[in-house]
Amino acid sequence: MSVARPSRTRKTPAPSKSGRKPTSSKDEASARPPSAHGTAGHRKDLLQAMLRVRRFEERCVELYSAAKIRGFVHLYIGEEAVAVGVNEYLTPDDAVVSTYREHGHALARGIPAEAVMAEMYGRTTGCSGGRGGSMHLFDAARRFYGGNAIVAGGLPLAAGLALADRMRGQERVTCCFFGDGAFAEGEFHETANLAALGQLPVLFICENNLYAMGTALERHEAQTDLAMRSASYGMIAWAVDGMDVEAVEQATRKAVEGIRAGTGPDLLEMRTYRFRAHSMYDPDRYRHKAEVERWKERDPILLLAERMRDNGELDDKELARTERRIGREVDHAVEAAEQGPQEPVDHLLHHVTGSSAGTVGRP
Amino acid sequence: MSSSDVKQPERTTYREAMREALREALRSDDRVFLMGEDVGRYGGCFGVSLGLLEEFGPERVRDTPLSESAFVGAGIGAALAGMRPIVEIMTVNFSLLALDQILNNAATLRHMSGGQLAVPLVIRMTTGAGRQLAAQHSHSLEGWYAHIPGIRVLAPATLQDARHMLPSALADPDPVLIFEHGSLYNVSGELPSTVQTVDADHAAICRPGTDISLITYGGSLPKALAAADELATGGISAEVIDLRTLRPLDHATVTSSVARTHRAVVIDEAWRTGSLAAEVSARIAEDAFYDLDAPVERVCSAEVPIPYARQLEEAALPQTADIVAAVHGAVD
Repeated sequence: MSVARPSRTRKTPAPSKSGRKPTSSKDEASARPPSAHGTAGHRKDLLQAMLRVRRFEERCVELYSAAKIRGFVHLYIGEEAVAVGVNEYLTPDDAVVSTYREHGHALARGIPAEAVMAEMYGRTTGCSGGRGGSMHLFDAARRFYGGNAIVAGGLPLAAGLALADRMRGQERVTCCFFGDGAFAEGEFHETANLAALGQLPVLFICENNLYAMGTALERHEAQTDLAMRSASYGMIAWAVDGMDVEAVEQATRKAVEGIRAGTGPDLLEMRTYRFRAHSMYDPDRYRHKAEVERWKERDPILLLAERMRDNGELDDKELARTERRIGREVDHAVEAAEQGPQEPVDHLLHHVTGSSAGTVGRP
Repeated sequence: MSSSDVKQPERTTYREAMREALREALRSDDRVFLMGEDVGRYGGCFGVSLGLLEEFGPERVRDTPLSESAFVGAGIGAALAGMRPIVEIMTVNFSLLALDQILNNAATLRHMSGGQLAVPLVIRMTTGAGRQLAAQHSHSLEGWYAHIPGIRVLAPATLQDARHMLPSALADPDPVLIFEHGSLYNVSGELPSTVQTVDADHAAICRPGTDISLITYGGSLPKALAAADELATGGISAEVIDLRTLRPLDHATVTSSVARTHRAVVIDEAWRTGSLAAEVSARIAEDAFYDLDAPVERVCSAEVPIPYARQLEEAALPQTADIVAAVHGAVD
């Protein structure tokens, strides 16, 4: 499914104070799991990272049904390869802007499962102090600029984060996730143009799961070739098999290398699918079960596991141990959230402005 | 004392005062940059940033495409990353295209992130009518913005505020919206060279008086002052209050004035229904009810999209004569 990278004359990169060079080995070392990409050990890491997101969210379903967590909860199940694969080529200095379907992005970025779960419980110990919930996870230290619940609303922000980096000559990338629905929003088109004009270091990741909530791609886009449309803004853009985590990471590597070299934004259209409904509220009446089942045959976790089995890299005992370890991590996150402190109601007006009570410091 | 020791007041205009404030900000802090439609080569839609591109270069005086949502959002992102952007939107009517970014991001990110993020962004825009620009360039929507927790709203109405409010806005760790009334840009006068800073947090008593409080801001301030002059000839002493900061409102200055004068007229170029004038009136009713000798009067724009024809536009807006009439209604 991976499409060849279209050739295009890149604009001359703007000069920077530091002079641009490819990703430094230090950056890569801090972001990478211990094993090198493309090896058996690395595939194990990828499998484990995807399983972790999957099991975490399966627990969310149970907790939502038990009324432990409320609000809108949008599950990422089926799309794990995108968050996990993209994260492989981001460094801690890079920034991430996400959407309301963000548990996978947050966990892949390294926000502890405990802090994400506590946020869904609305606890003080949650990664947004209980003020965001499932749709608004934040972690300033990890440069995770949140779940934005306005479709395409995070894109301008990503352009600004990247602009600040450009102006200060910092070799950082801002990775911005959004769905296919964003292509119908003006903010997508405004930002694509602005970022390409300014050659801003943004990695746009479109998670094309074929539905904008309940409206199928061909019912919300007159032209459904999203990569081609993005390229028309003067970005390099191409479609990627978003169910194949190794394809995702290879595409991300290519894109990020170009962006770090100063050649402006790239867009990857990750062709993926969500196996669950849009949110826990959604009765999922708008698509056929057979379609969902067909996509499940390309489950990113199964796909990688099969590849590893074919290569003789999958050790069932080890996999069982991994599952148990992830299970314990999720158990622990739930336990900690259950016991986490409730934010006191007299803190209601904290964090409204810099002079509100509860504000730790000025920027 | 030799004559060279006496600093002469500087003759300037509101536009030049604002430009000088921008110049000073760009000079004194390399995190500051100006961004917006036609702020560079064109010199700003209303000429405010004329010459700044030549002085500071295209990295710091950035022309943007006509994409209000994207460049306001980019300002938010840059502020999150530690810069101090000043974003110019041509008019308040155009700012509606960026409302998502202003409300859902700028005003909200600090709270929604549990205090982890801050958006030290300044957004300047023109507001108000009086130049026959009809219904898509003339409205006064600053009251809408003053409704939103998490942002600060400034309305410089004097040369001194145009020149000196900006540092306070840039020092704020939160988004600050600055509304510049279009009719003020050509106002000229003397700027005392002894004044280097202003206190932006409090309303100002521009003209003390004893019989009635005229409470206003922005483009209506000159009209309220003219009304006070006229009333003085008839023996009515009107106190004129410039609110200056529309959020958070300095209500203490208003109530203490009303406690002295016992009467109040609120003048606001926005529509009366759900306006800032309604908010000020309600607060007077809540906090100074027993000080009042007459109901609070409001002078606002007619409830109509601002029309083009001069006589219609004039009839739609609060005028000095309307203020004088409202005062007579409260006093007589």
